[in-house]
Amino acid sequence: MAGDRTKAAMTARRKKTPRVIPGFGLSMGITLGFLGVIVLIPLASIVISSSGLGLEGFFRVVTGRRIMAGIRVSFLCTFIAASINAVFGVMLAWVLVRYKFPGKRFADGLIELPFALPTAVAGISLAAVYSSRGVIGSLFERAGISVAYTRIGITVAIVFITIPFVVRTIQPVLEKLDPQYEEAAAMLGAGRVRIFFQIVFPEILPALLTGFGLAFARGLGEYGSVVFIAGNRPFQTEIAPLLIMNKLQQFDYQGATAIALVMLIASFGILLLINTIQLYYGKFIRD
Amino acid sequence: MKKIIFALFAIFVFLPALVLLVGPDAAWGGTVEIVNVSYDPTRELYEAFNRQFAAYWKEKTGAEVVVTQSHGGSGSQARSVIEGNKADVVTLALAYDITAIEKSGLIKPGWQAEFQKNSAPYTSIIVFLVRKGNPKGLKDWGDLAKPGVGIITPNPKTSGGARWNYLAAWAYADRLYGGDAGKVKKFIGDLFANVLVLDSGARGSTTTFVENGQGDVLLAWENEAYLSLKEHGDAFEIVTPPLSILAEPPVAIVDDNVDEKGTREVARAYLEYLYTDVGQKIAGDNFYRPTNPDILAQYSKTFDLAVNLITIDDPLFGGWDRAQTYHFSDGGIFDQIYEK
Repeated sequence: MAGDRTKAAMTARRKKTPRVIPGFGLSMGITLGFLGVIVLIPLASIVISSSGLGLEGFFRVVTGRRIMAGIRVSFLCTFIAASINAVFGVMLAWVLVRYKFPGKRFADGLIELPFALPTAVAGISLAAVYSSRGVIGSLFERAGISVAYTRIGITVAIVFITIPFVVRTIQPVLEKLDPQYEEAAAMLGAGRVRIFFQIVFPEILPALLTGFGLAFARGLGEYGSVVFIAGNRPFQTEIAPLLIMNKLQQFDYQGATAIALVMLIASFGILLLINTIQLYYGKFIRD
Repeated sequence: MKKIIFALFAIFVFLPALVLLVGPDAAWGGTVEIVNVSYDPTRELYEAFNRQFAAYWKEKTGAEVVVTQSHGGSGSQARSVIEGNKADVVTLALAYDITAIEKSGLIKPGWQAEFQKNSAPYTSIIVFLVRKGNPKGLKDWGDLAKPGVGIITPNPKTSGGARWNYLAAWAYADRLYGGDAGKVKKFIGDLFANVLVLDSGARGSTTTFVENGQGDVLLAWENEAYLSLKEHGDAFEIVTPPLSILAEPPVAIVDDNVDEKGTREVARAYLEYLYTDVGQKIAGDNFYRPTNPDILAQYSKTFDLAVNLITIDDPLFGGWDRAQTYHFSDGGIFDQIYEK
């Protein structure tokens, strides 16, 4: 009798598999449907649209001198900007996590503003501030450096737009990092530099790579804030997203999507590379 | 449990979707809504015009009309209509963009003959906006190609309005060199080598020149130049070169959309109202040149009417289709002047 009851109870329990969030089928369906509608189908349409060109036509478009020059400008400026953010992002995150100072919450909130600001507004204000007559631009101008309407301006805009990616990916890792390890290292006689590079840095490196990758991928496609400060002169300060707009303006959808596809593949490649490094790092180095 | 989930799903997903899908199309009382897809610098013009038209329509038919405006770069606005923005009328910067909509089948061929004056109720010309006192002494297109002059203009590739700038300079050089294409191209190359910032749109260029203080001269539509003057009167002045180009921003009914919505009558009345004395005066007050010569004469104090004007249909350009292919398509003259 008693055995029967437990058996019945067990089957009942098996029927009702306890999950934290109910409705696995439904939520999974929604997840896949959402990903499909929002991400996958639009991306697929880029591939399909540019495939109308054929392989030869595709290469003719993307290897044009002006297109190559634009892609080069975009990659160069974005790489520099993401690198700058990798250095200063760590610093910002460190200060925001480890120190207490008045206005800390306010400073923390500021980090997110570039996300919230419409990119065109960001671009116009950056151009105003960094132009030869602007508050910051005029200082640089005295040193003989023009910021706005040069590649430096493009880099500044991308730094501005992508700083949250780096700071926000590093912050939680630093918060979880137990200061005990640093204390232990200090007691064992490690200097400050050594503590940072051997104890702290390896812990935040995976997050830093992710932040760098996100910043890079985002900065590469940035259009709204950059065009206003770039100057947009062909072969000098013309970015790849602007070339896409040029093509669209001529109702050349295939050419536009061909350039977009190149940038998409590049961004994807970089994210893949970073993920691979992280995987390798997590598997072989840390253990 | 499942029922509850479905009920929740229905409430949060289906109902809002249903409302979104059905809502705007349902007729709300006696109000008719039309959408005017226009380009950037007509914002102020249509704000004033729509108010007048709504009053006129109410008086004439007793029905309320609400005109929804949409502004943006002329080319991207045309694209949005092609891609399904349900515009009843389009009022764009150049015929080329409306022709693109025509090619997609939404507008019937022959639209440019549907209204008077090539379907252009108002026009403008290209002028120089210079800093007060004209320190560089810029009077004509030839002065712009001289060394040391900083020019601000939007990019002809991305800005419909900027194509007029380029073509006006081309017309000047063509007359100067008696049609010698090599020399004309060299002149245009010199002129664009002086361009400091090639913004993607007209409003961006105005900001670069006016707010950020870049360059000595802004190539602009007359109406844009007057708007800048109105806001910062003492810092700038307008120079009208002896030869300029007549920019004719055309209007058209989007046939497929008005037939689907049943708004053809009000859309037609809307565009025709642009040609009435009231409409023409609103254009003039917003610094567009009215096409009705009598009304234009009333604005002779504002506009330099002595300027020599060339049109896009001049044999030199041969209409938009030809000009676009020859000058602005990939590999066209505008690309060539940047190739070294």
